[in-house]
This record gives sequence, C-alpha cells and structure tokens, in this order.
Amino acid sequence: MNAIDVHGLVKRFGDKTVVDHVTMSVAEGEIVGFLGPNGSGKTTTIRIMCGLLTPDEGEGTVLGFNIRTDSLRIKREVGYMTQKFSFYEDLTIGENLEFVARLYRLKPVEEHVASTLEDLGLTSRRNQLAGTLSGGWKQRLALAACIMHKPKLLLLDEPTAGVDPKARREFWDEIHRLASGGLTVLVSTHYMDEAERCHRISYISYGKMLATGTVAEVVKNAGLTTFVLQGPRLDQVAEALQGRPGVDQVAPFGATLHVVGSDKKKLEAALADVEREHKGVKVSPGETSLEDVFIQFMSGSKDNMA
Amino acid sequence: MNSVFSFARLGALLIKEFIQMRRDRITFAMMLGVPLIQLVLFGYAINNDPKSLPAALVATSNDPYTRAIVAALQTTGYYRFDHVAQSAAEAEFLISRGDVAFVVTIPADFARRVESGNSPQILIEADATDPAVASGAISTLGTVASQALLRAQGTQEAAAEAAKGQLDVVVHRRYNPEGISQYNIVPGLLGVILQMTMVMMTSIALTRETERGTMENLLAMPSSPLEIMMGKVLPYLAVGGVQVVVVLAAAKLLFAIPFTGSMSLLLTAVLIFVLALVLLGYTISTIARTQMQALQLTFFFFLPSIMLSGFMFPYRGMPDWAQIFGEIFPLTHFLRITRAVMLKGAELPAVATEIGWLVVFVALFAGVALVRFRRTLD
Repeated sequence: MNAIDVHGLVKRFGDKTVVDHVTMSVAEGEIVGFLGPNGSGKTTTIRIMCGLLTPDEGEGTVLGFNIRTDSLRIKREVGYMTQKFSFYEDLTIGENLEFVARLYRLKPVEEHVASTLEDLGLTSRRNQLAGTLSGGWKQRLALAACIMHKPKLLLLDEPTAGVDPKARREFWDEIHRLASGGLTVLVSTHYMDEAERCHRISYISYGKMLATGTVAEVVKNAGLTTFVLQGPRLDQVAEALQGRPGVDQVAPFGATLHVVGSDKKKLEAALADVEREHKGVKVSPGETSLEDVFIQFMSGSKDNMA
Repeated sequence: MNSVFSFARLGALLIKEFIQMRRDRITFAMMLGVPLIQLVLFGYAINNDPKSLPAALVATSNDPYTRAIVAALQTTGYYRFDHVAQSAAEAEFLISRGDVAFVVTIPADFARRVESGNSPQILIEADATDPAVASGAISTLGTVASQALLRAQGTQEAAAEAAKGQLDVVVHRRYNPEGISQYNIVPGLLGVILQMTMVMMTSIALTRETERGTMENLLAMPSSPLEIMMGKVLPYLAVGGVQVVVVLAAAKLLFAIPFTGSMSLLLTAVLIFVLALVLLGYTISTIARTQMQALQLTFFFFLPSIMLSGFMFPYRGMPDWAQIFGEIFPLTHFLRITRAVMLKGAELPAVATEIGWLVVFVALFAGVALVRFRRTLD
C-alpha cells in the first residue's frame, strides 16, 4: 500500500485553478521532494492531503484513508508542519508540547514531553516562551511537535525557509533518520540541494504536475543539452547568444557560461557561430543540472498569480 | 518648507488611506450604514414618557362609576387595560411577571360608597422598578379620576356636590417605594457589564488563532469543532462567574440593592445568560475574518441591545415594532429576569418564559456557531 495515492486532484479558488489534475503516489518509507515555483500549488496540494482542504475534483487515499471522508482519521496519523510557525508564541516550549501531547491523547503526557525535550536538547529551556526562539529553533520545535505522536506520514511545507545552512543540514539528517525508521515524508522546497537529498521528486508548476521521478530520471527525461563556455569577455558572448535558435538558457556560473537548449542540433549550430565570431571562446560539453531543468520548466509555463 | 510639508506627499497619504478604507468592506459599511440605521432606529424607538402602558383591572362590579373611571384612565393615553384579573392573586402574578405595569383595583362597594358619599377608594399599584416609567401615569392620576367621577355623578344624580373631592386614590409604588433609580440600574448593569466583556472576549477567540497562524495547526490536529467551541467558551464562562459574584457583591454592599428573590434562581438565570453571551461571541468569531471585524460586529450588536432592551430607556415606551425588535437581544430577557427576581421576589413560574428565551438563544447560537465553524481552510 502506498502512503499517498491521489489522482486527478483539482482545487479552485474563485476562477483560478490552483491545483489542476494532480496525481501523485508516494511509497511507504520514501522521502519525496515536492518542488515548484512560488504559487504553484504545493501548499494547497499538501493541505488537501492532510484534510485541511476538500478537493473540488479527484479522489485518493492517504495512509489508506479516503481524503474526502476520513479526514479525522488522517489527522490522527499524519504529522503536518506548516510553512509559518503555528504553535503558540505566548506559551512556553514545554506548554506547547504538553498541549500537543494531550490533543493526541499521548499518555503519560509528562513522559512524552520530557523525552521530546531531551531529543531536542531543549530540556533546560523548557520554560522559555516559544515566541522568543530563533527561526532555526522554532523549526526544530515544530518538527518535534509534529512527530511526537509517531505519525506514519510527515507532510512538511517548506520547512527550511529562512533557516541557516547548518540547521538545514541537521534538519535533513533528522529527516533521513526518521525515514529509515519507516516514516514516509513529503517535503516541499525551493532548494535544489534539498531536492537532491530526496529519494524522488515531483515538480509542480501552476497547478500542473510536470515531472516526477528520481533526480537523474527527471534530468534525463527533460532532454536538455548543456555546454560550458570559457574564455574572455563572456558577458558579450552571453549577449550574443541570447535569442539565437536552439539557445534556451544562458547563465553565468563564476568564470564560465552555461548554455542550455532542448534541441541539441540547433544549439550546436548556434555555438559554432559564436565560437567563430568571438576569438578565444572554448566550448565543452557540460552536465545538465536539476536547476537547469527547473528553469526550463518555469519559462515554459505561464504565471498563474496575476 | 518643502521638507516639512508637501501637498504631493500629503496627497499620497490621503489616496492610500481612502483606497484602504474602500477595500475594507465591513468598516466602510459600518461608517456609512450604521449611523443612519442607528439614528432612525433610536430616533423613532426611544421615548422617555411611555404611554399606553399595559394595566390590569380588578373590578368586581360593573357600575357606571367604575366604567367612567376606567374610561377616563384609558383616555389619558397612559393606561391600556388589556388584562382583567379575576382576583387580587392573579393581578399580583401579572405585575410580578412584568406583564402589566399597573394594577387598578376598584372595590365591590365602590358604587355604594359613591352614592352614600362615604369616601370611595380606588387602589393603583404601579410597578416602580423603573421609577421613570410610572411617574407620568401616576402624576395625572388623581385629577383625572376625580373629574371622571364627578362627571359620572353629574349625569346620574343631582347630589354631586355632596360627594365632591371625596374620592381617595391610593397609590402603591411597588418594589421600589422610594423610587430609587439605582434599584433599576444596578441589576441592569450586571447584564450590560457581562454582555460587554463576554461577547467581546469570545468574539476574537477564533480570529486571533487565524491571525496568528495557529488555526491551521489546530485544524490539522485531531480536534472536533465541538471540542474547539467548548474549549473556547468554557474558560470565559468561568470568568463570567467571577464577574457575577463581584457585581452582585458590589450591588449589595455599595448600593444596598434589595435581594428579595431566590438567589439560586438568579444564579441559574445568570449562568444561562452568560452561556448565551459567550456562544454569541463565539458565533461572531466564526463569521469575522479579523479581530478588528469581530470587534466591529460586537459593537454593532452592543449599542442597540443597550438602547432597546429596556436598560437605558423604558421598554414600554417604545413603539410596538421596536419592542418586538428588542426581543431579539438576550439582554432584554435577562433584564426582566433580574429585575423580577431581585426586586420583586419573583419565583420560577413568573420568569419561566424569559428563562426559556435564554435557553433558546443558547441553542441557537451554539447551532449557528457549529454550522459556521470552518473545519477546513476552504
């Protein structure tokens, strides 16, 4: 049984279709990255899965429970971490955890709270108001509160936004530790390095699911060719490349220029011209990155936010 | 000069402010509609010299003198005899329930005494819990009744001169013989204070969670709408209980308000009233999107309930439509109960209808709140 199995999900707000026939399945114990630009429908999809929104169309199960009829059962078995810190800032760390433990009827409360505080390393700050914690600590507290009731599925909505790299690294180590214990994780993110730490990724853009698979699969299926250019006056070379047939993306990376295109033949022709026109420019084949793929996706779909 | 004040910059600020005002529909509606509604509503409804007050007649004989006096009282415009009580006990029940403001008793031997010139008496009992209500009616009483009697005698009998000036009108100001207005105001204040604090505090209960972003988390965790409602409402019920004790103690110690009736009956009624209020506040918070809107809705409700419930102005003084409108406020019913129980010593049968109304409000508000509660973020 898959932890998540949804198909044809549609959600409209007014005349805007925010989620447009999204189909998704996540196997048990998998870590799936949910990627897409701002306003692409990631949060809405996650909210549908944890029972916070009812889809206008589509069916599916989460942990075997129907997302339309069993949302209360789903809420009991799923841990959902919201994008914005949504615990009580005017309660202490300990009081917040006690509140959550009691809501999930975890017994004895004190034992659960104490062990969670211990794992967090916050035992000594138990009586500190949650609102006074730094961003990184708030995020750790929120995660700890979400997994206190030992959910089988964890839904994380941009958990690492605004968190420093070290805290981010530790967070992902924790996610992998939880997944190895059998927890299924669906995590939305903007960061490419985080996407690469997922078993699989799903890319959604303006409500539509555009790609899904392992990072290697997504990159391969995108069918892009990348060349790396080196040489003098690359800024002029970049300008010359823009808009030529076959050239989809031109992006400076340090002292090099990455040129990406979906039509290999046209791209090679364009680069040959540029090589001739600009003396000293050296063209070598490069590796297409996940970011290149995503930029390609984004420029290919229309903005939904207007 | 230009660095201190610029019309261009002021213009930018003004334009921005007007745009924001227009976007906030509820505030905009409140600013334009509310003054108009309230002006019309209160302008027509409020009347400090109430006329056409309900009265009960206790008269055992149907003689011309009795008829003359009743007719005369009715033509003053103050008295409206819509109850004819068979006994003094029935009249007593009517006045303690507040169904009538006056009981006019004309004894059986009235006609005989008039004719024999043996100082005839009539008794007028006025409900003086609100001293303002009865004063106009009482002040016109003596002369009107005497003149009516003289006229009746003049047509019936030539010996009118003999009986002149002998009519004795006995006035009993019931429940508040000294006409102390605090007796009326303080029990009413209990209701007003409770209403202000309870409705206001609970009206921001849910909007605060929404504004702080904690609502999403609360909804994602396993808690049912009933649990969330009770979790929000019960703490304020406890706060209300403390307020009741404080206000009642102050009423007793500072203002020496008489506590004639049953304390347990009063407390039961107060408890139901507070429950209705916190549920009303909670209902408002399921409708409002922001704390600001919640407070605006609370005040929108608050002003007419004070004006039209009989707290500030005599309920009887309002036209019929305003009296019917006044029934929609829990405060109206609560005021009747507290005044009846505290000042008149009314027992359960006399206030059962009003308590029933409060129970209806509790059920209604709880039902609306549960239906309105957004279980999802849709």
